[in-house]
Amino acid sequence: MTDINKKFLVGVYDDDDVVLSAVGKLKNSGVKIYEVYSPFAIHGMDIAIGHPRTRIGIAAFCFGCTGFLCALLLTTWTMGIDWPMVIGGKDPISLPNYVPVMFELTVLFTAFGMTISFFITNGLGPTVKPLLFDPRCTDNKFVMAIDLSKNKLSEAEIASIVKASGAEEVSIKQL
Amino acid sequence: MGAHHHEVVSVEEQFEFTAESKRNLLIGMGIGAALVLVGAYLLSQGGGHGHEAHDAAHAAAGHAAEHAHDHGHGYHWTQRIIANLWVNSVYFAGISVVGMFFISYNYLAQAGWSAVFKRVPEAMPAFLPIPAIIIIVIAVLFGDKLFHWMHEGIMDPTSEHYDAIIAGKKGFLNKPFYYIRLVLYFGLWYGLWRVIRTLSLQEDEIGGTANYYKSIKFGTAFLVVFAVTSSTSAWDLVMSIDTHWFSTMFGWYTLASWHVAGLATMTLTIVTLKEKGYLKAVNASHLHDLGKFCFAFSIFWTYVWFAQFLLIYYANLPEETIYFRERFSGYGGIYKAPFFVNIILNFVLPFLVLMTRDSKRTSIILKVACWSILVGHYFDFYTNIMPGTVGANGGFGAVEFGFVLLFACGFIWSVSTQLTKANLIPRNHPMLEESLHHDVA
Repeated sequence: MTDINKKFLVGVYDDDDVVLSAVGKLKNSGVKIYEVYSPFAIHGMDIAIGHPRTRIGIAAFCFGCTGFLCALLLTTWTMGIDWPMVIGGKDPISLPNYVPVMFELTVLFTAFGMTISFFITNGLGPTVKPLLFDPRCTDNKFVMAIDLSKNKLSEAEIASIVKASGAEEVSIKQL
Repeated sequence: MGAHHHEVVSVEEQFEFTAESKRNLLIGMGIGAALVLVGAYLLSQGGGHGHEAHDAAHAAAGHAAEHAHDHGHGYHWTQRIIANLWVNSVYFAGISVVGMFFISYNYLAQAGWSAVFKRVPEAMPAFLPIPAIIIIVIAVLFGDKLFHWMHEGIMDPTSEHYDAIIAGKKGFLNKPFYYIRLVLYFGLWYGLWRVIRTLSLQEDEIGGTANYYKSIKFGTAFLVVFAVTSSTSAWDLVMSIDTHWFSTMFGWYTLASWHVAGLATMTLTIVTLKEKGYLKAVNASHLHDLGKFCFAFSIFWTYVWFAQFLLIYYANLPEETIYFRERFSGYGGIYKAPFFVNIILNFVLPFLVLMTRDSKRTSIILKVACWSILVGHYFDFYTNIMPGTVGANGGFGAVEFGFVLLFACGFIWSVSTQLTKANLIPRNHPMLEESLHHDVA
């Protein structure tokens, strides 16, 4: 992560409806939100924050195609070219036989590819220390983080806007 | 912005079955009837390749023992009419009953999202009596024209037409039991639908949750019934035509076919209603989920189709491969085109077209995919029924077009009539509020 030595303003909320409407209020006041952390998915939150739509679907399609082609190569080469085998009186290269393998490798590549892409883009993984502004966001609180270096408004101004939007606590966190 | 700020839309909508729609449907039926008459006349005059194929079949009868249809029964052109009635009746009965199937599993799952358009699947089973009557009348009067096992003397050891394999299936495939089963299927499906429909219409007036909980019970009862009857009706209506052949996948396969065709019908109806200004409360998320349903179940159908094919292809047992031989290269190869059209329209096209998120939220793309599925599954039943009933005398001409048109217009008429009978949105459905706020982002 590139967020080292950055100053964040952290607001803690008690209610998912409040935090969702707070996002709208903050955006109207010209505050840029870094991220909102929640114990569960809040419908409409990513649209409200203004995150661009995920591209994981495109990645999934590419991984799937890779898996499909790998399976086609694997079966054709091993069963048809390197050591041709006749099974059940079929041609060594007969596509219907290969469909289960192609299907499985398409699924396998897609599943692993998506998971690994997700881990990389979100900076997750073994030994990586997760970015946790307030541990209560894994339990019962909703935590909003605002990157002060990305905002033109002053720390005090943002703090008062966040308080006014319904936050229970406002604090500053240095990373 | 977000799920919490949806515009509140009115749930009071009355569907109007306009005189113009009625006129268009009548014209459609008129054209359908005219096509059937013209086609029937041409067939009775021995048009097309009918006669030569007929003669060829007779000539080959001596050494074509594996062909299930040369058991001393000559082909008559009316068989093609009967087979067409059968294909369409089975197909549209399936689409109709899937309306009930959809409502039932939504009740059982206590699903909320589908409440807003529930009247559409609820309207579909009203068409059931028409295919039911056609199927039962044909089975009683002309069963031997369709079913190998109904042939005279086929189970009589003293007859020259005796077939030991078919006689071995007598416990299940005998006329009295068959007729009882047909009546049971349609009686149970239609009867349970009537109960759920009555409860639903009553709920519109009285509100409360009592009718909802009763509907869950009847919906669950239907699912238990349909779990058995969807398979057995698939054997009875389709698989037993090729009496020697059997597949343990067939019940699922037919259910998958009916189900996805029913979902496509629902989606198409909802999109059309929306375009006409109805169902304003149906939002992009509802369409998205309907699109997912069509996408998922066209893949499910393909999975079952392929599972059935691959086992037979791999095992390579003559008594099993004959089924695909007949369709792929038999009867002068006339079933090869529908065989492939089936796979392209039911798998390749919906799979590619409905893959992205945006396509499932776009009316025109949904319509393309739904039409593809609907036409495709007609050909699914066509390729399953025609080779075993008319064999080399099959084809795709005026009779086929005419019957599809007649049935489709009749079905649309029936659905439209049902939609006028109640508010288009079930205004007192306990899950309606959840459905109005449905948001899958």
